[in-house]
Amino acid sequence: MIEMQDVYKTYPNGVIALNGISVRIKQGEFVYVVGPSGAGKSTFIKMMYREEKPTSGKIMINGVNLANIKDSKVPLLRRNIGIVFQDFKLLPKLTVYENVAFALEVIEESPKNIRKRVMEVLDLVRLKHKARFYPNELSGGEQQRVSIARSIVNNPSIVIADEPTGNLDPDTSWEIMDIFERINDRGTTIVMATHNREIVNTIRKRVIAIERGKIARDEVKGEYGYET
Amino acid sequence: MKLNTLRRHFRESLKSLGRNGWMTFASISAVTVTLLLVGVFLVIMLNIQHITKQIERDVEIRVHVDLSATEADKDALRAKLEALSGVEKVTYSSKDEELQKLIESFGEDGKSFRLFEQDNPLSDVFIVKAKNPLDTEKIAKQIEPLPSVGKVKYGKGQIEKLFAATKTIRNIGLALIIGLLFTAMFLISNTIKITIFARRREIEIMRLVGATNGFIRWPFFLEGLWLGIFGSVIPIAIVLSAYSYVFDLLYPKLKNTFFQLLPFYPFAWQLAAVLVLLGACIGMWGSMMSVRRFLKV
Repeated sequence: MIEMQDVYKTYPNGVIALNGISVRIKQGEFVYVVGPSGAGKSTFIKMMYREEKPTSGKIMINGVNLANIKDSKVPLLRRNIGIVFQDFKLLPKLTVYENVAFALEVIEESPKNIRKRVMEVLDLVRLKHKARFYPNELSGGEQQRVSIARSIVNNPSIVIADEPTGNLDPDTSWEIMDIFERINDRGTTIVMATHNREIVNTIRKRVIAIERGKIARDEVKGEYGYET
Repeated sequence: MKLNTLRRHFRESLKSLGRNGWMTFASISAVTVTLLLVGVFLVIMLNIQHITKQIERDVEIRVHVDLSATEADKDALRAKLEALSGVEKVTYSSKDEELQKLIESFGEDGKSFRLFEQDNPLSDVFIVKAKNPLDTEKIAKQIEPLPSVGKVKYGKGQIEKLFAATKTIRNIGLALIIGLLFTAMFLISNTIKITIFARRREIEIMRLVGATNGFIRWPFFLEGLWLGIFGSVIPIAIVLSAYSYVFDLLYPKLKNTFFQLLPFYPFAWQLAAVLVLLGACIGMWGSMMSVRRFLKV
């Protein structure tokens, strides 16, 4: 469960990114975050995994207020959150398998569990057969599937995706959405910032629109609502 | 920390040495050059110190006993000399022994002194050694007014000059070594900074998936350690083999002089240990300095 109360964020250079946001996302929800560029979407997303701290306000993730936790506790918070980026952020010198296993190794999971979990999630994203490939031997869509596999390999309760289809062609984007839906079906909360009008309007989910640092719209089974 | 994790850190640190081949080479070269300089300097410094110590140790006060002194007077004088504060040892050398030493020191030519064996013009001597060579002058001044004392010789003026010179040499050497070490640390921290910069993506991902800062630091810490240790291998080999060569070359020539070099063992082991330790320390320190900057959450 994610809850924000009166969250404000002003960057040191004076830019007001968030101007009073209050929102509640229940466990297992699938939420699109839409809005024009520079409206505060990215800041909104970054608040959830504490890449940015709010200037004021409260952000509760599974009962913990992120505004209060110490820097040293941030790693523990992130073990419960999967993060997917537009640019995949894979390590080019590691194989697909190693890239996914990396997320478990760094939290000191046992080798036996690592093998089991990695093969499970690679199966989920249908890349088991390419476990030994290197990222540059894969298509963009396949690379994004690896990064999704990595984000869910430690069973987080929330997956946050920042324009995961931004770099992909339409067909591939549908594949990615299919995977997100399946992850969501298992009870994982998904928060996805996106500019993809077609996806938002086809796979209908809750839509939160952010404009000028405020929530302009919050609709169950909403529409993209912007001209692209 | 789990054993598996430690093994992983070891593996990662070694792998990354291979992956960042040229950076590794550059870092190790930096350590090598620095430690080579430090090593050569250390050898010279320690030997100078060794030699000055010996010269200092050879500084002695020769107390010539007045010719009119009786055996009782000599015993009384000896007791007084031994009672002086700061005196380590008092040795007696009769005039016959003195003559014998003189004859020996001239080798073949010494034979002509044999003539004096009948009528020895030398005097009996007490050789006084100070606990601290620097106190020599003070003690000599105290001896002069004692009864039955003829002449007191201690190389007046020479000693002070020698001590001043060795002290200066020591201080300059120390300053140079410290300067070199700082340069090395700076070089290494800079090189590892580049290594880390090349891996900032890896660090970024580690942070995103919830690795603790300690966990992220470890492989870099070890990598720095390896760089330092590998960098010390060549300097140790070069410095020690060069020293062994020079030592063998000079040893026969320096025999019977003040100038005794430090014997090869255990000096070799000590020097190797110092260089490895130095390499390890600057390597780890360098990587710590660099990693810290990248770990602001």
